[in-house]
Amino acid sequence: MNMLDTPLGQGEAIIATQTVAPATTARRRRGRIDIVGPLLVFAAFIGIWYLMHHWALRAIWDKPNFLVPTPHDVVRTAFFTNENRATLVGGLRVTATVAFLGLAIAIVVGIGLATLMARRQWLERSMWPYLVALQAIPILALVPLIGSIWGYGLSARTLVCVISLFPIVANTLFGLLSADKGQHDLFTLRGVSPSTRLWKLQFPAALPAIFAGFRIAAGLSVIGAIVGELFFKRGDKGIGILLDTFRNRNNYPMAYGALIVAALLGIVVFVIFGLISRLVVGKWHESTRS
Amino acid sequence: MTVAVDTRLSFDDVSMTFPDGTEALRHVSFGVGRGEFVTVVGPSGCGKSTLLRIASGLEQQTDGAVDVDRGDLGYVFQDATLLQWRTVEGNVALLAELDGMSRGERARRVAENVSLVGLDGFADKYPRQLSGGMRMRASLARSLVMDPAIFLFDEPFGALDEITRERLNDELLSLFQRNGFGALFITHSISEAVFLSTRVLVMSARPGRIVGTHDIPFSSPRPPELRFDAAFAELCGEVSTSLRSAHQ
Repeated sequence: MNMLDTPLGQGEAIIATQTVAPATTARRRRGRIDIVGPLLVFAAFIGIWYLMHHWALRAIWDKPNFLVPTPHDVVRTAFFTNENRATLVGGLRVTATVAFLGLAIAIVVGIGLATLMARRQWLERSMWPYLVALQAIPILALVPLIGSIWGYGLSARTLVCVISLFPIVANTLFGLLSADKGQHDLFTLRGVSPSTRLWKLQFPAALPAIFAGFRIAAGLSVIGAIVGELFFKRGDKGIGILLDTFRNRNNYPMAYGALIVAALLGIVVFVIFGLISRLVVGKWHESTRS
Repeated sequence: MTVAVDTRLSFDDVSMTFPDGTEALRHVSFGVGRGEFVTVVGPSGCGKSTLLRIASGLEQQTDGAVDVDRGDLGYVFQDATLLQWRTVEGNVALLAELDGMSRGERARRVAENVSLVGLDGFADKYPRQLSGGMRMRASLARSLVMDPAIFLFDEPFGALDEITRERLNDELLSLFQRNGFGALFITHSISEAVFLSTRVLVMSARPGRIVGTHDIPFSSPRPPELRFDAAFAELCGEVSTSLRSAHQ
C-alpha cells in the first residue's frame, strides 16, 4: 500500500486510493502489449511481404515476382534515391493540399448545416434523406461526371472530397442534440436566447462527437483526393496520378512507394485530429482514447 | 392547514392533465412560507416532479393558480446536471453568468459558495473527477450563488449512499436555518423528509392529491442524533401510515 504515499493532487487521490495497486500493474502490462503487440504484427506483415516476393507469387499465382518488390527494394528506391523521393514528396504536397482544402470546406459547410438542422427541425427532416443518399453514392461513380463538367483541376478534385461532408454533419448534429434534458431545463429556467443555448450548452456538449466526425472525415478526404487523381489522370501530379503512372510503367518499387506515402498521409491526418481532440476535450470527456 | 404569514410559493387548487390525457395532479393546494421547509413524499410516478416543474414554470398547469417569484427560485435537479466541460468553479458560476452578473461579483460569490458547500480545493476539478456527493454539492452551490428566496429540490440525494445522504442532509439543514431559505423538497425517503422539514405533505398515487399534512415540531438546530429519537421514529411512523393509505 506504500504506493499511496506518492504525491497526488487532492482530487486524484479520491479516485486513486482504491485502485492504485491493481491499476499500476495492469497499466504496466498493457504498456508492454501496446509496444510488443504491434511490433509482432508488423514483423509478420513484412514476413508475408517477403514470402509473396520470393515464393507465393510464382508458386501460387504463377506471376512474375517483380509485381511485388521486396520491402527493402521499395524503401531504397522510393525513399533513399533523392530524385524519386522528391517526386513522391511533390505528389504528397499536391494530394495533401486537395485533401485539406476539401476537408476544410466540408468542416465549414458541415458544421453550418448541422447547426441549422439542430435549430430547425423541418430542415433536419427535409435534408436528412439526401445526406444519407450522398453518403450512399459510390464516389467512384461520381468522379468521372464531376470531371466532365468541371475539368481536372484543383477545384474539381476538391469537390470529390465532399464525401467527407456526411460524417461531419451527422456527428455534429448528433452532438448538438446530445445535451441532456436536465441541462436544457437549467438553461430554460434562466430564459436564455437560442444563441446562448447553442454556444454555452449545445456546442460544447457536441465537441467530442464533432471531433470524432473530423477524424472520419479526414480519412475520407484523403481517399477522395487520391481517388479523384486516379480517375482524372491529368493536372498536377498527386500521389494518385503517380501511383497510376508507375504501375503503367511497371515501376513497381515506386508504385508501392506512392502507396506507402498515401497511407502515411491518411495516418498522419488521423493522428493529428486525435491529438487536437484530446487537447480540447481530453480533460473532461471520458472516452478520448484513440 | 397552516397559513404561512410570509408566503413565498403558493399552489391554489392546481390541476394538471398532460396532452396525452394523463392526469398528474388534482386540486393541489399548499403554501411555502419564508424559512419553511416543505417536503412532499409519495409513491413513484405520483406527479411529485410535475409539482416542481409547474412551480418553476417548466410546465404550465391546466387549472388553478401558482403564485411565486420565478426570478427568485433555485432548482436543484435529480441528478447534478453539471456541464461536463466546465470545472466546479465554472459550473457554480453558470447561472450567474447566464443572468449577466458582473464578473467581480460573480467571482466573489462563486468562491464563497464553493467554500460553503465544502468544495475547497476542488474548484478546478471537472465533474467526472468528483464523487456523486460532491457533484450534488457543486449543483447546490450553483443555485446558492443566485441567493434565491426559495429552493425546489427534486430528489437531489436519491442516488447517494445512506451515509453521504445523511451528512448532506445535516449540512443542508444548518445552511437553510442560517439563511432563512424556503424549500419545496421531493423525496422517497420518509426519514429524510421528517429530518429536514417543518412540514411533510403526503401525496396519493396518480392523479396526485395531497392526502396528509404532518407538521414536524422539532426545533432547530436539529442534531444528527435526532434520527434516533423516539419522537422522531413516531413521526416517521405517522407519515409512513398515511403514505401507505395513499397507495390504496
